[in-house]
Amino acid sequence: MSIFEYNGSALVAMVGKNCFAIASDRRLGVQLQTIATDFQRISKIHDRLFLGLSGLATDAQTLYQRLVFRHKLYQLREERDMKPETFANLVSAILYEKRFGPYFCQPVIAGLGDEDKPFICTMDSIGAKELAKDFVVAGTASESLYGACESMFKEDMEPEELFETVSQALLSSVDRDCLSGWGGHVYVVTPTEVKERILKGRMD
Amino acid sequence: MECVFGLVGNDFAVVAADTSAVHSILVHKSNEDKIMILDSHKLVAASGESGDRVQFTEYIQKNVALYQFRNGIPLTTAAAANFTRGELATALRKNPYSVNILLAGYDKETGPSLYYIDYIATLHKVDKGAFGYGSYFSLAMMDRHYHSGMTVEEAIDLVDKCIAEIRSRLVVAPPNFVIKIVDKDGAREYAWRESVKDAAVASA
Repeated sequence: MSIFEYNGSALVAMVGKNCFAIASDRRLGVQLQTIATDFQRISKIHDRLFLGLSGLATDAQTLYQRLVFRHKLYQLREERDMKPETFANLVSAILYEKRFGPYFCQPVIAGLGDEDKPFICTMDSIGAKELAKDFVVAGTASESLYGACESMFKEDMEPEELFETVSQALLSSVDRDCLSGWGGHVYVVTPTEVKERILKGRMD
Repeated sequence: MECVFGLVGNDFAVVAADTSAVHSILVHKSNEDKIMILDSHKLVAASGESGDRVQFTEYIQKNVALYQFRNGIPLTTAAAANFTRGELATALRKNPYSVNILLAGYDKETGPSLYYIDYIATLHKVDKGAFGYGSYFSLAMMDRHYHSGMTVEEAIDLVDKCIAEIRSRLVVAPPNFVIKIVDKDGAREYAWRESVKDAAVASA
């Protein structure tokens, strides 16, 4: 089993009309044993920027702490929040620093940029950015997620429809992956509010 | 074959650990206490490489005491857990410790808590947790019988059920266990469950 599959994870981010959704599964496992069913994979960097980290949980926790630290320093110096594009560059740089001893994580970054334009991107464990206009996926269930998102995605979905689409894509994909699942965590972010919802799926 | 497990009750947390010190096929002693009293209201149940276990837990204990001396107030359980994770994470890519830890504590403001910290520094707050081969049996038993807000009697009964299951179903089951509890009155030893007593040393 690869080190990326040690804990199990599933992450997806999708773009809608002036909004975005980011969703994850809730399982924390140690190879085939499940340790917890309430693990948080998505963290808020600021009100309009969310970061999901898939892969090895210990590196996700370490990386998250380093990124929050860097963002807080940025806020102190610049007296404003980081733009999503800038944050993505920061994550990419921090990952490439460890090129020959990497963090075993695949981040998914989702935020609202200038003029409330939604921004999503993912990268591999050494910081190769992949920008997308529609959706990005990561984790052990990523292959299923690619298929589900490709077929369910539509342009310019309103927040409610986006929530339904992301939830269905996530749940159907994790149901085919034994290392991820045990429910879902969905954040739908518009310029005015952040809606956090917990999904109940197949609890296995 | 080390078995460590614990759970959170209504205003206490209880941890149990086996007490065999084993090297390859030899049992050095069967009354080795693997649950350290970290400070007045914290317990650390550790399993893994015995040298690392003792050295690392003592290091954490002394640093927690140092914080209290310097600052006049004790660390919260969450802070101690995060400190422990930080030390494991820093050492992970240099000189890793092979120690799995269940950290149980009681704080006046937040009540009892249990933290699962595995040897690669994955930290998660849990209601019930276990390490080792015994975890297959104790986690299943706790999944079946655990509910939130258990009384001490119910929790100890569940701990005994787990020990009975480990004794009957694990091929090289450890014979003896120690149970320690932490609540508003502090951290203390609750009981031993011995099925084999070490022979008394004959006088010369």
